[in-house]
Amino acid sequence: MTISTPNVRPGIPDDSILDKQRSIISVDRLFINFSLCVSLTVLGLLLWLGFVIFKQAAPAIGQYGLGFLFSQEWDVNGLVFGALPYIYGTLVSSFIALLFAVPIGLAVAILTSEDFLPIWMRNPIVFLIELIASIPSVIIGFWGIFVLIPALKPVQGLLHKLLGWIPFFSTETAGPSMFVAGAILGIMILPTISSISRDVMRSVPSEMRSASMALGATKWEMIFSILLPSSISGIIGAVMLGLGRALGETMAVTMVIGNSNRLNVSLFDAGNTIPAILANQFPEALDPAHIGALMYLAMILFALTLMVNMGALYLVKALGFKE
Amino acid sequence: MEILKPLPAGRRIFSQTVTVLAYGAVVLALLPLLSLLIQIVTAGVKQLSWNALTHALIEEPSGFLNAILGTFLMVAIAAVISLPIGLITAIYLSEFGKQSRISQVIRFAVNILSAVPSIVAGVFAYAVVVIAMQTPSALAGSVALVLVMLPMVILAGEEALKLVPKEQRSASAALGANTMQTTFKVVVASALPGLTTAGLLAVARAMGETAPLIFTAQFSQDYPNGLFSTTSSLSVLIYNYANSPDTAQNELAWTASLVLAAIVLTLSVISRFVLKNKAAR
Repeated sequence: MTISTPNVRPGIPDDSILDKQRSIISVDRLFINFSLCVSLTVLGLLLWLGFVIFKQAAPAIGQYGLGFLFSQEWDVNGLVFGALPYIYGTLVSSFIALLFAVPIGLAVAILTSEDFLPIWMRNPIVFLIELIASIPSVIIGFWGIFVLIPALKPVQGLLHKLLGWIPFFSTETAGPSMFVAGAILGIMILPTISSISRDVMRSVPSEMRSASMALGATKWEMIFSILLPSSISGIIGAVMLGLGRALGETMAVTMVIGNSNRLNVSLFDAGNTIPAILANQFPEALDPAHIGALMYLAMILFALTLMVNMGALYLVKALGFKE
Repeated sequence: MEILKPLPAGRRIFSQTVTVLAYGAVVLALLPLLSLLIQIVTAGVKQLSWNALTHALIEEPSGFLNAILGTFLMVAIAAVISLPIGLITAIYLSEFGKQSRISQVIRFAVNILSAVPSIVAGVFAYAVVVIAMQTPSALAGSVALVLVMLPMVILAGEEALKLVPKEQRSASAALGANTMQTTFKVVVASALPGLTTAGLLAVARAMGETAPLIFTAQFSQDYPNGLFSTTSSLSVLIYNYANSPDTAQNELAWTASLVLAAIVLTLSVISRFVLKNKAAR
């Protein structure tokens, strides 16, 4: 009796058991290899996605080159395409979203992780905030049209009246605007920022809090000098994940931003973003040059979110190793 | 007894101001959600009727059964594709690949895939399916939804599997179980609540997705007709009719929003309940 494969456990005398063992092991091998193959298809899917978008965008990249990124003209009939207003709108609306969501999200994270509210109040607040993340964005956009735009109109009017000399506030609003889009994005990324920050803050050892407060710091002095600095890398990771979500968010923004094809500096004017123009023009795009330009935009968006999310992943991971 | 002196006014005022600001921020954070829920319910119930739920738009101006069926059809196909692939990948990553080079590459790819904006998934499905078939279709919509669901299932699935204690695997192996028996009868069985949650959350997310469907499945007023023609969905119906100047269409969109929100929120609450139940046991 010879044992040919090294996988078979030695010391089993009965030949029939050995055969059975061998077949089981080969079934196991088969299953492991099968699951590896399935996992590799997921990797393949990502590569395929990148390849398809790049291939579709290639003619437009060849035709417009890098100048596409800095050109402002977008004329479907004249087949002149430039991406600047859309890149600008994507970045600016996401930046406004962060201005809203970071302070509010951190306040929520602090109040629900530190000793401010009784436990029975904290959990429902956390639950409700996280509920926002599960509402479909098209419904949030619909609510934006009918509730948020009218609600923010006086706010925008007031800002224009008080600070109209600043270029960003220089026009009277018609309702839909970059500002409203930023606000709605802020609402949508708030749960991402608050729930990750909360987890990070809860992982700060309680001894550090006690030590700081024993030395005479008030609760807020402890929060600003101990809690926030020691969870900063996790908070930045949370903010970047939120930013990644804001950059790619489509429906809610499309519905409230006004979809202008020009670059308007004033935040109270209509704007546009890459996802918004894709949603608006893809269904009607017929000319290959037009489709190519849209694919080029999709590729820029893909690259943008890729960079932001990889950065966020790196930060959150770096934190994970420290723990 | 200097220590008993009250806090200097500056520090006290600072503390109080920040406390008020923080509470204000939490109220501000909850306000949109409350307003949203009130708006959906009050505007949505107006036209909610048995008639609306049982007729297609083409038969009845307030009906949207076609959109409900279309959403279920496309999400079902996407789930049939993405749940098994996602589960097996999660099993590979957590049970076999672990920290090996290849599984780290796959895990990285999954993370990237989860960060791909859903509209880019739609663009991909458009390029691969719609251009090839020359027509928007339910199939193209499902392909786009697979890209949305797959990374969610894998990431949450792996987390659920990793929560199963190592001892259970060792005990199973010590009793003579082979790898497959250990994986399915012990690890997957005890991670089942977590895996169910992963699947439910992915389905809930896919139900509400609009961006991948607008140009892949587009819209139709009629019932879904097989996999190879334009298919309506609740989310695209809401998008199309939200900006309509016709108030009757707006109201239809509100009713559809109520139904869609109810489905999605029920799924997410059930998924939480499944997990809680496990923790209680």
